[in-house]
Amino acid sequence: MRLDAKIPAGPIQQKWDRHRFEMKLVNPANKRRFEVIVVGSGLAGGAAAAAMGELGYHVKCFCYQDSARRAHSIAAQGGINASKNYQNDGDSIWRLFYDTVKGGDYRSREANVYRLAQVSSNIIDQCVAQGVPFGREYGGLLDNRSFGGAQVSRTFYARGQTGQQLLLGTYQSLSRQVAAGQVEMYPRTEMLDVVVADGRARGIVTRDMVSGEVRSWSADAVVLATGGYSNVYFLSTNAKGCNATAIWRAHRRGALFANPCFTQIHPTCIPQHGDYQSKLTLMSESLRNDGRIWVPKTAGESRAAADIPEDERDYYLERRYPAFGNLVPRDIASRAAKGMCDEGLGVGHGRRGVYLDFADAISRLGRDAISAKYGNLFEMYERITGEDPYEVPMRIYPAPHYTMGGLWVDYNLMTTIDGLYAAGEANFSDHGANRLGASALMQGLADGYFVLPYTIGDYLARHMGEGPMPTDSAPFQEVEAEVNGRIDRLLSCDGKRTVDSLHRELGQICWEYCGMSRNAEGLEGAIEKIAELREEYWTNVKVLGVNDELNQALEKAGRVADYFELAELMCRDALARRESCGGHFREEYRTEEGEALRNDEEFTYVSAWEDQGPGKEPVMHREPLDFPNVPLTQRSYK
Amino acid sequence: MRLTLQIWRQKNADDTGGFSSYDVDASPDMSFLEMLDVLNETLTEAGEDPVAFEHDCREGICGSCCLMIDGRAHGPEPGTATCQLHMRKFEDGDTIRIEPWRSAAFPVLKDLVVDRVGLDRIVQAGGFISINTGSAPDANLIPVPRDKAELAMDAAACIGCGACVAQCPNGAAQLFAAAKVSHLALLPQGQPERDQRVLRMVEEMESAFGSCTNFAECEVACPKEISIEFIARMNRDYVSARLRRG
Repeated sequence: MRLDAKIPAGPIQQKWDRHRFEMKLVNPANKRRFEVIVVGSGLAGGAAAAAMGELGYHVKCFCYQDSARRAHSIAAQGGINASKNYQNDGDSIWRLFYDTVKGGDYRSREANVYRLAQVSSNIIDQCVAQGVPFGREYGGLLDNRSFGGAQVSRTFYARGQTGQQLLLGTYQSLSRQVAAGQVEMYPRTEMLDVVVADGRARGIVTRDMVSGEVRSWSADAVVLATGGYSNVYFLSTNAKGCNATAIWRAHRRGALFANPCFTQIHPTCIPQHGDYQSKLTLMSESLRNDGRIWVPKTAGESRAAADIPEDERDYYLERRYPAFGNLVPRDIASRAAKGMCDEGLGVGHGRRGVYLDFADAISRLGRDAISAKYGNLFEMYERITGEDPYEVPMRIYPAPHYTMGGLWVDYNLMTTIDGLYAAGEANFSDHGANRLGASALMQGLADGYFVLPYTIGDYLARHMGEGPMPTDSAPFQEVEAEVNGRIDRLLSCDGKRTVDSLHRELGQICWEYCGMSRNAEGLEGAIEKIAELREEYWTNVKVLGVNDELNQALEKAGRVADYFELAELMCRDALARRESCGGHFREEYRTEEGEALRNDEEFTYVSAWEDQGPGKEPVMHREPLDFPNVPLTQRSYK
Repeated sequence: MRLTLQIWRQKNADDTGGFSSYDVDASPDMSFLEMLDVLNETLTEAGEDPVAFEHDCREGICGSCCLMIDGRAHGPEPGTATCQLHMRKFEDGDTIRIEPWRSAAFPVLKDLVVDRVGLDRIVQAGGFISINTGSAPDANLIPVPRDKAELAMDAAACIGCGACVAQCPNGAAQLFAAAKVSHLALLPQGQPERDQRVLRMVEEMESAFGSCTNFAECEVACPKEISIEFIARMNRDYVSARLRRG
């Protein structure tokens, strides 16, 4: 298979404009003849559904939640980047493009990133017009804050709830289209497979999560905007329902999966506090602006933090990275914390935590100043841990948070299956090996509002007059039968272990061997362990109840079954990428000082995996990357 | 800690349902939902149907979780959604009664899961600004006074969980609708559709939910502590719109 990213010719500044002109159009009267399915109602899916409804397409939008407003985009705290340069501090499209490529450690596609930076300003305009209440200056104009990986202030925010407010803006636009009859909304409906015939996506098969009805839906194009796969690790900052089933099923039907090993571990999360823990909670990394990170110098330290004298503390980030100190990028801060805990220097439950101490900042700036800046975060921390961070240092530990990998897409966001698109976190294209803060929201909305409505039109124009395939045709019926077969198999397993207990064990394997740092031996072992556990899963899982009811255990069981396969692919990809870059750190490939060592000669490519069917090893294809506009350099934060 | 849970069990929308009692061992550091996870693991291992309950982000922002705990929507902790409530707020030996949202507008689907689609319909009736993608002017073209923007944000913080409806003796959705009406009416962008919006949203709200008689229970139950002052704003907007439109 030859991967063609379909990057338009010409200088990078002109590619998107030129492409928009060259794409075919569907005239307004013909748009209503087309059916488009959007799976997922977060920033990417909700925006795509709303924008295409506005254009006149007939859209069906599906989500597993009880309302489109609950998609996990809602949990993003910090903000959204845009190259408005409202602060007059030297920002530009080029700088946002440059920062994103560099932050991604040179493993993203330049043309896509440039387009993202180009449309970033339109996103802010659109959201403000929708009524998103961004933070403002006293003069009434928009305020900005700075964020990791950038030297300009380009982040727009709505308190600590930026994701929520952007999603509600999208949800409101979507609701308007629902009211207008342009979008049909199907909540509590989970996509379980995609239907492909003659190399083209023809529709999807879903399960109604209340009645259990398995049903086919036909369309002219299908968009998957179903988010990332951090829940492979069981414990992550993702919502409990976030899952990879839609993208994984698409992969099994022929869509290539790109860079699965590129996962982001966020450094400032609340540590695990018990074996019953169900998820991890993230706290904004803005805390690192004033908090100092340290561990005791002696392993096995048992004194309370306040009783450990200054000279027995190791402020290890300040010591190792004097230039950036506590503000090193996410991947570096996370790995350093793990390193300390691996040496037995950790604090708190299971010694998997480090201190984030505000004592200095409180004595320097006063309690009130700290409260004004971080009050809501301190409150959240206290609610969860029962400890008051004004009195005792916070404990933090890294947690899986975002996945840069996803379905391979070309410049049009189309996967390797014709008519099947992937948007937002579900695709791989814009963040390379590491995503910068406040860029996920930007990408979701860019894809949904400003890219897909154009590129899907171009595809549909080429299929004018063909019409969707009937759902009683053989390709739909075959997929429906397979979906029903999988459900029956899970329900009839009658084993001894719960879905959660097996998922937890899978998560531990992934976290240990394919988490913050990886090595060949560990990854090879993990692939075997995952295969063994998968074997046990299909023979020993216990799923009670029947299909024809609201059955939450069955929902989980299907998702976890897919995680087993995806987890193996993550390990294979991590094994094949014999370099360290961004969130992917291979212990064998580091500098003399122990920092990540990229290998641009051999690995400046996107790995795109092709499924070969059950029991067969997948095949890796390479999309070479080149960087004519952003010269390759080694990141340094010393 | 050792707890006794009295949980509403109901097979489906047609079932009459009733309370069942369960004993559970919990740790004070668990969240309320983790305590239910533990119960469900135990029930599954024993071959009994686990308790269905709604949850997703478990960070208090998605609005999925919706438990009536000892007669209070989201339980005893003020300004806290069920998922952020921790067991240290309870005592060893406590008996805790757990019910679904109780309101005619929220039919029970199973156990503790209810159908809240009525809230979506209120937004669909007009809870938006009609702007097509691509037609927005520069974001800084319309200044918004900071205090107005902040007040709009206070209203916009609603997570759409429906606790206000569940706690209200009348099953009214005034706080939910008022939060959206106020958020948009406070901003210059929301002015052109202001009258039409409030009229349509109130009409939809009144058709599916109960009527407000100022109990103010909603404000106490709201996990985002949204003020009932917004209800007054909505009422004022509604009356002016009626007068203007005749």
